[in-house]
Amino acid sequence: MTDFLSEEPLLRASGVTRFYGDRIGCRDVSFELWPGEVLAIVGESGSGKTTLLNCLATRLAPTAGAIEYRMRDGAMRDLFQLTEAERRFLMRTDWGFVHQNAADGLRMTVSAGANVGERLMAVGNRHYGNIRGTALDWLERVEIDGTRIDDDPRAFSGGMRQRLQIARNLVTGPRLVFMDEPTGGLDVSVQARLLDLLRGLVADLGLSVVIVTHDLAVARLLSHRMIVMRNGEVIETGLTDQVLDDPQAPYTQLLVSSILQV
Amino acid sequence: MTAVAITETEGEYNFAYLDEQTKRMIRRAILKGIAIPGYQVPFAAREMPMPYGWGTGGVQVTAAVLGREDTLKVIDQGSDDTTNAVAIRGFFEKTAQVKTTSATKDATIIQTRHRIPEKELTEDQILVFQVPIPEPLRFLEPRETETRKMHALEEYGLMHVKLYEDIAHHGRIATTYAYPVKVADRYVMDPSPTPKFDNPKIDNMKALQLYGAGREKRIYAIPPYTKVKSLDFDDHPFEVQKFDKPCGLCGARHVYLDEVVLDDQGGRMFVCSDSDYCEERRAEGHVGDMAANPAASHLAGKSSGAAKTEAGE
Repeated sequence: MTDFLSEEPLLRASGVTRFYGDRIGCRDVSFELWPGEVLAIVGESGSGKTTLLNCLATRLAPTAGAIEYRMRDGAMRDLFQLTEAERRFLMRTDWGFVHQNAADGLRMTVSAGANVGERLMAVGNRHYGNIRGTALDWLERVEIDGTRIDDDPRAFSGGMRQRLQIARNLVTGPRLVFMDEPTGGLDVSVQARLLDLLRGLVADLGLSVVIVTHDLAVARLLSHRMIVMRNGEVIETGLTDQVLDDPQAPYTQLLVSSILQV
Repeated sequence: MTAVAITETEGEYNFAYLDEQTKRMIRRAILKGIAIPGYQVPFAAREMPMPYGWGTGGVQVTAAVLGREDTLKVIDQGSDDTTNAVAIRGFFEKTAQVKTTSATKDATIIQTRHRIPEKELTEDQILVFQVPIPEPLRFLEPRETETRKMHALEEYGLMHVKLYEDIAHHGRIATTYAYPVKVADRYVMDPSPTPKFDNPKIDNMKALQLYGAGREKRIYAIPPYTKVKSLDFDDHPFEVQKFDKPCGLCGARHVYLDEVVLDDQGGRMFVCSDSDYCEERRAEGHVGDMAANPAASHLAGKSSGAAKTEAGE
């Protein structure tokens, strides 16, 4: 369950900076993420939010700054001091990464069951019956009919693919999940269903989430706290409701007032 | 221009076709492969006078380990007299003037495509495999950089994803050849396109095994007496193909059989894939239930006079 009383942060970013040559990806970003907390990174295209996410998830090395993570044994470790083997192990057990385009996060040529089971096999599970049982269970949890277990993700709709990707990430019981625009490219009703599902899973599993989105409605529904970025820098942080209801920075005010009212 | 006298040796090929520097380079790769069982060692494969897919890797490995005193046997699909085997045997007869044989027990080096001889090999023999695609992870992970990393970090979960797919779609592990193995508890390796029937022979084999992939420019090896385990699931253990009939010509059981179509009336028979093993058994007087069939004795061919006599009796 959500545990705000924990004294120790799960993830700590200090002065994270990433340059692409002379250009800024993101500059001097610092924050702490607590166990069970959902943090949204919002901003317009090109504001550096995906660069920041990739740095946090060790998919991209920051030019400067440090990112620390509390391992399962309770020790705070600098992610870029870990060996590559440790980092990759962390990524496929204790972390998840949900891509905007499900095809980037799925193996499109193997069945849904194998997609969910891959992480289990990667950590040494060698019992076919158990792997399949767990896969079925997870398909059900993300509202995919169990009879589709042997179908390729290519035969799935966009929304189903995204849900499959989420199941594939959560099967090893990660503590931290990174999401890059998980609802991007889906139509509104599918988005709503996915958000509903995500909110339920996050609460049930007590997940910590860093979610990148340009959609303030997604941030409002899912996140506890948010970071607003522009031109690679953080311009406002705070509780989600506080930032959205009473934006302080002029840019945030602009962003909030740009939401279409239907 | 001065005329230069051409000595008798000039203009001929170096022993076993490849020049000595190339052989040294290949031997280094082989030694490294032996030191790290199952690890794919890159090497600078040369153009050989045969197309890729015909055993350019195996031929280079054989050329590098071949000595004047060696006796060479070449197998293609278990047989000594199919095109690929005949061509490669002829190649080394011409370029190295070594003795060749079709008898497994007389050979010191056996180059093979697909099969491992039924007769148990000895410590004095080297088995050279022709490998088309050395990377067992290739069909699931197309990036070479990534597969190398996976080998380095021993991340082999993906291999089981392939086996999982087999069971999910076919109810059992349907991979019948190039069945992945783990060598010495470390590297996952593709035993080339040998049928999985031969996988148990790879385990703890007395002979040295060398694998050469010419197009992909990789060499790997399994030293004698090395543990080789075929991958499987706890509830779907590895098993080899079973044949319900013995060999039609020599009556051998527990060997790998080829199906041979005899006519267009649905006539067929199953015979040993290892032709040398079959001939040897027939010479010893073993007779299969199809040996008397005229179509079958035609199949047994000129090389097996013994079978013909038996068939006639």
